[in-house]
Amino acid sequence: MFATQLSVFVENKTGRLSEILNAFSEHHINIRALSIAENSEFGILRLIVKETERAYDILKREGFIVKKTEVISLPLEDKPGALAKIVDKLSEEGVGIEYLYAFVSPENGANVVFRLDNPEKGGKLFK
Amino acid sequence: MAYWNEHWETMPREELEAYQSEKLVWQVKRCYENVECFRNRMDELGLTPEEIHGIEDLPKLPFSYKKDLRDYYPYGLFAAPMKDIVRIHASSGTTGKRIVAGYTKNDLEVWADGAARVLTSVGLGEGDIIQVSYGYGLFTGGLGLHGGAEKIGATVIPMSSGNTALQIQTMIDLKATALCCTPSYAMYLGEEVQRLGVQDQLSLKAGIFGAEPWSEEMRRQIEAALGIRAYDIYGLTEIIGPGVSGECEYQAGMHVWEDHFIPEIIDPDTLEPLPVGSEGELVFTTITKEGMPMIRYRTRDICRLDPVPCKCGRTHYRMMKPHGRTDDMLIIRGVNVFPSQIEEVLLGFTMGGITPNYQIIVDRVNHTDTFDINVEMSEEFFADDMKSIEKLEGEITAKLRSVLGIGAKVHLVSPKSIARSEGKAKRVIDKRKI
Ligand SMILES: [Zn+2]
Repeated sequence: MFATQLSVFVENKTGRLSEILNAFSEHHINIRALSIAENSEFGILRLIVKETERAYDILKREGFIVKKTEVISLPLEDKPGALAKIVDKLSEEGVGIEYLYAFVSPENGANVVFRLDNPEKGGKLFK
Repeated sequence: MAYWNEHWETMPREELEAYQSEKLVWQVKRCYENVECFRNRMDELGLTPEEIHGIEDLPKLPFSYKKDLRDYYPYGLFAAPMKDIVRIHASSGTTGKRIVAGYTKNDLEVWADGAARVLTSVGLGEGDIIQVSYGYGLFTGGLGLHGGAEKIGATVIPMSSGNTALQIQTMIDLKATALCCTPSYAMYLGEEVQRLGVQDQLSLKAGIFGAEPWSEEMRRQIEAALGIRAYDIYGLTEIIGPGVSGECEYQAGMHVWEDHFIPEIIDPDTLEPLPVGSEGELVFTTITKEGMPMIRYRTRDICRLDPVPCKCGRTHYRMMKPHGRTDDMLIIRGVNVFPSQIEEVLLGFTMGGITPNYQIIVDRVNHTDTFDINVEMSEEFFADDMKSIEKLEGEITAKLRSVLGIGAKVHLVSPKSIARSEGKAKRVIDKRKI
């Protein structure tokens, strides 16, 4: 359901992304989901990790700008139209989606991460 | 109203100018007799010292340049015998070989007097505790303010530059009432004081900042961060050091101590003197200096003199903050750009998401100048959202375009990713090979 995502500001400078990944591998931080939004100037790296607090501290220490963001993570049924069903329900209730991305977890298969403009209301819909 | 030297500081213009004329005649004669470089230039113009009768003849005299100090390094421009030189200072300059200046006992007296006038005019005196955080040594900043502060009978803390934590601790423990350093270091100290939340433990009331260009916006920020009134002081090693001019309590331009230094404003292209009040290159003639006098020295600073009488009662003209130096000026795609203009724009956005740290990068790709400005984003500003960052970049770009008349690419970068220095900041990187 609710999950804490780390959002990291990344200048489009070669090596910035690998700095993050190397820092994580060095400290045995396991990345569960990852997505990048970018333009030609900069990007925002969005991450869901197992040990959020520890990862947050590591990034801070490395000098990155990091914010914790509340998102909703839902398992996705393995059949056609499963995602459409969720998106429809949100739009019917007037909850906007700022962005979404998907990942696969070993425990429950496909998952979708939503950042909603009204996380509380959105959260209630999927109790 | 407190003056350090009321007689000179409030002297009626007519009397002051008569004195300037008298000293100029004396100085031209000594330079002609003792300084080869000056004598050669006069001879080339077919000009003799006898033809100089007063300040009305100033425009006839040849200019002198920073290059002279390098060409005649180290002692070639001294007009006094070495036995009378009691102090040496030097400036590394941003471009290569350093320059050297020599002072007689009387020169040190004149210098301390100039700095003392500035410190007094911002309300400091006996009972004040002045922390001098300019570098001590060959650089004129530390010892210059030190001399002035001692002269007015204040308690001096000769801190020198560097070690920010210790600077702040000293200020708190020793109850410093005034701080002297470069404006960029004052900004940095202000940031640290805010970060540590110790502003209410400070006893500071005034700051005297100089040795590099700064803006009104920077003044407001320093004043807010340190809880002080911030004043500008001006000077250069070639002329004497800090204390050539300085602001009074009205913060409305820096009174030039014209009984020692005659200012002129010239057009840097035609080299013609401009009427008082016009903007142009500042030129100084030192009429009392013995060790290394300068006749019509071109400072490369672009500014304006204000002849309007000041509310403080001083009769000496005020020079407005130099808004750039001819040699700091960048010509990008044919447009004149002063880093100080860029700084002014950026400081306008520091409440809205950026820090005062920036770097200008100019390069040339396929015969076209590229113009990039990296600005550190403030941590609080970042939200998990591309649009707000893009919007801020767009706003800064638009504002810069309207001020500079040329487009720059603005890049927001992570905090502390631009190297910070505790002395003079490296704000411009010009990679063009022309
Ligand atoms: Zn005044």
